[in-house]
Amino acid sequence: MTEPLHVFKERIVAATASATPLQIRGGGTKDWYGQELRGAVLDTRPYSGIVDYEPTELVITARCGTPLSEIDAALAANNQVLAFEPPRFGGTSTVGGMVAAGLSGPGRQFSGSVRDFVLGADLMDAQGQILHFGGQVMKNVAGYDVSRLLTGSLGTLGLILQVSLKVLPQPFASSTRVFEVDEADAIRLLNEWGGQPLPVSASAWVNGVLTIRLSGAQAAVDAAQKKLGGTALTNGDDFWRDLREQSHGFFADTAAPLWRLSLPSVAQPLPLAGTQLIEWGGAQRWYRGDASAESIRAAAVAAGGHASLYRGGDKSVGVFHPLAPAVAKIHRNLKASFDPSGIFNPGRMYSEF
Amino acid sequence: MNAPVAPLFSPARQREVVAALKAAVPPHCVLFDEEDTRPYECDGLAAYRQLPMVVVLPENEAQVVAILKTCHDLKVQIVPRGAGTGLSGGAMPIADGVVVSTAKFNKIVSMDKYSRTAVVQPGVRNLAISEAAAPYGLYYAPDPSSQIACTIGGNVAENSGGVHCLKYGLTVHNVLRVRVVTIEGDVVELGNAGLDAPGLDLLAVFIGSEGMLGIVTEVTVKLVPKPQQARVIMASFDDVVKGGNAVANVIAAGIIPAGLEMMDKTSSRMVEPFVKAGYDIDAEAILLCESDGTTEEVEEEIGRMSEVLNASGATAIAVSQSEAERLRFWSGRKNAFPAAGRISPDYYCMDGTIPRKKLAEVLLGIAKMEGKYGLRCANVFHAGDGNLHPLILFDANLEDEFHRAELFGAEILELCVAVGGTITGEHGVGIEKINSMCVQFSPDEREAFFKVKRAFDPAFLLNPDKAIPSLHRCAEYGKMHVQRGQIKFPDLPRF
Repeated sequence: MTEPLHVFKERIVAATASATPLQIRGGGTKDWYGQELRGAVLDTRPYSGIVDYEPTELVITARCGTPLSEIDAALAANNQVLAFEPPRFGGTSTVGGMVAAGLSGPGRQFSGSVRDFVLGADLMDAQGQILHFGGQVMKNVAGYDVSRLLTGSLGTLGLILQVSLKVLPQPFASSTRVFEVDEADAIRLLNEWGGQPLPVSASAWVNGVLTIRLSGAQAAVDAAQKKLGGTALTNGDDFWRDLREQSHGFFADTAAPLWRLSLPSVAQPLPLAGTQLIEWGGAQRWYRGDASAESIRAAAVAAGGHASLYRGGDKSVGVFHPLAPAVAKIHRNLKASFDPSGIFNPGRMYSEF
Repeated sequence: MNAPVAPLFSPARQREVVAALKAAVPPHCVLFDEEDTRPYECDGLAAYRQLPMVVVLPENEAQVVAILKTCHDLKVQIVPRGAGTGLSGGAMPIADGVVVSTAKFNKIVSMDKYSRTAVVQPGVRNLAISEAAAPYGLYYAPDPSSQIACTIGGNVAENSGGVHCLKYGLTVHNVLRVRVVTIEGDVVELGNAGLDAPGLDLLAVFIGSEGMLGIVTEVTVKLVPKPQQARVIMASFDDVVKGGNAVANVIAAGIIPAGLEMMDKTSSRMVEPFVKAGYDIDAEAILLCESDGTTEEVEEEIGRMSEVLNASGATAIAVSQSEAERLRFWSGRKNAFPAAGRISPDYYCMDGTIPRKKLAEVLLGIAKMEGKYGLRCANVFHAGDGNLHPLILFDANLEDEFHRAELFGAEILELCVAVGGTITGEHGVGIEKINSMCVQFSPDEREAFFKVKRAFDPAFLLNPDKAIPSLHRCAEYGKMHVQRGQIKFPDLPRF
């Protein structure tokens, strides 16, 4: 066991013995995400580095503390990418934090989410033992898919030590087009386009303008461009980066809380006073406004989805959407067996565990 | 091993369970006469059989709830069953248990062109979804080779793949929501009609859980637009290593083919007389490399792929010029299993996944094992995602051949694990590969799986003793199995 692992183990074993919470933390770029931060910081960054990367296997394996910037650079040198386009939120974000938070960017619409690309994970459990789940291969059904369960778990089940991720080649061509349409038309168009063999790889509607990205073979991008029309946006890459990093103008005004609503893509415009930005072909909607948590959650449920308080606002309403009682019971059971002393990021996801 | 096994339950227990189930569901849903239960004694892995005490075929969700509550109260073990096409014995019954078949859950509840989703009951066949979606220009992407018969409920249990999953993903990437009844009778929804759900990703852990966490009553699947066109390249290589390198070169060129399959010489010689696909039977390896999309896109990609394959030393290349020709090129690969059945009385299909770069090493290892066990093996390979299907040919009527085939299979799986792969890519562990799980996972890792199981099924009644081996079982396996010169679990008491 290497030095950082020894330290992790000692601290975890001691924390379990004394039932003292630990706050697992990488670069700390997402401290604002989730509920309260509790316990002494366990810094994952000493356990860092790309363990294995074979471009022709389409898999990269890295330790939890590896900066995402290091992953980005290694992939870029081989013309490959993390297709789910995780937000970086600053230069210090880490692979472990990315997987634990489970946040995906504009590419999620077409390519899938973080969990869709997680192939394997190593976990340090509450007894300080290292467990390996999944692996470095695309298809693997040996045992339950614990590595995907850990994705988006906000560190509540244990310390994610290492992950293997599927990577994809950079598309041969990309083009960004804009259309002036209202919200209802944007939702309709996105869903109609989604049902056709078109290479729409990302989309955003805000303030009367629908922006889409076409990616793929040059011929496919050219043909789709001709078919869909719209006007070209020359600095397209900047637009999608700003959207991913939430440095786009929509996110600048922080007076009101920012909510994230995950809905069926076909959901009609929401009857909420405030401003909205729609992503993922209609399936992710950002809402900034002063509507009450109850009315936002009611609107999300009525549309067939759920709402989380993403940034700002009063977290006492519960950051994440309340769970159905039978689902909450399974959560409690999992937490109690994986983390019997309740040391791993307690209260970060739901205050009850 | 194919001899019918005598019932292992007491008649009194059977009467008790039948009576309780008949009180919970209409009597015609409960089968217990041997002539009625016999068809359920095995799944696609016919070498493993067990007559169940009772079979029940619920017709709606309320009946599933009633059945599970009844079994929970009586502490009866349950084996859920879809179409029974599984290849790992995941649906093999338990002697004193109840088989719950989802066969009557065969309705497509709704299909929406606009949202590109379908809500279906678990007993709907995989292919039936794509057929119903065809008028909308949509289809359900995962296409396991059994898709004509297998059901979506079984696909969820096994996280089924198919030949197109490098580009289009597995079941876990194409299911948005499942509605599930737990052993305690709770109805829970995992996932939802959007792209994610609050809390832990229970949907991801449920998919591929081999019927051990709950019984599915409804599934929402994602439908995707049917590509305008598909064409396939058939390339021959005079060396499997060159074929393997060609696969890596295609990926390195930034191409994700819609399908990428490889067959060794034994396989192509096995299928060619059967289907007349036009395979080069002198080639050491044949590669099928497919492109799909718009006409322009396919044209561009086929050109790029052909260049790479030629540069990688292909001895011959043919590009399908029509849909009929494309299907003919594929027919050999798709008929590999039936062809094995034609040239050999029995075959045993393995399902390891390996890092692609280890292909030559593994094929060489398998060739050596052919000599060791005195059996032939044909290899078909989902080359895009590293999933290898060695087909071990044997004759069950010959003394000891099945036993040797089993040992041969287990050794192949150990080799897969040793090179950094896994014992099962898409067929599941079931009962068949349960001992190999002891090789791939440590006792602590297996205990973590049991923690997941207990969170859903604290009483351990749903398909117990499948997929995740107990410490005791691994100790028994370890007795026969000396690894790296040492017995596994030296500290464990031996019984």
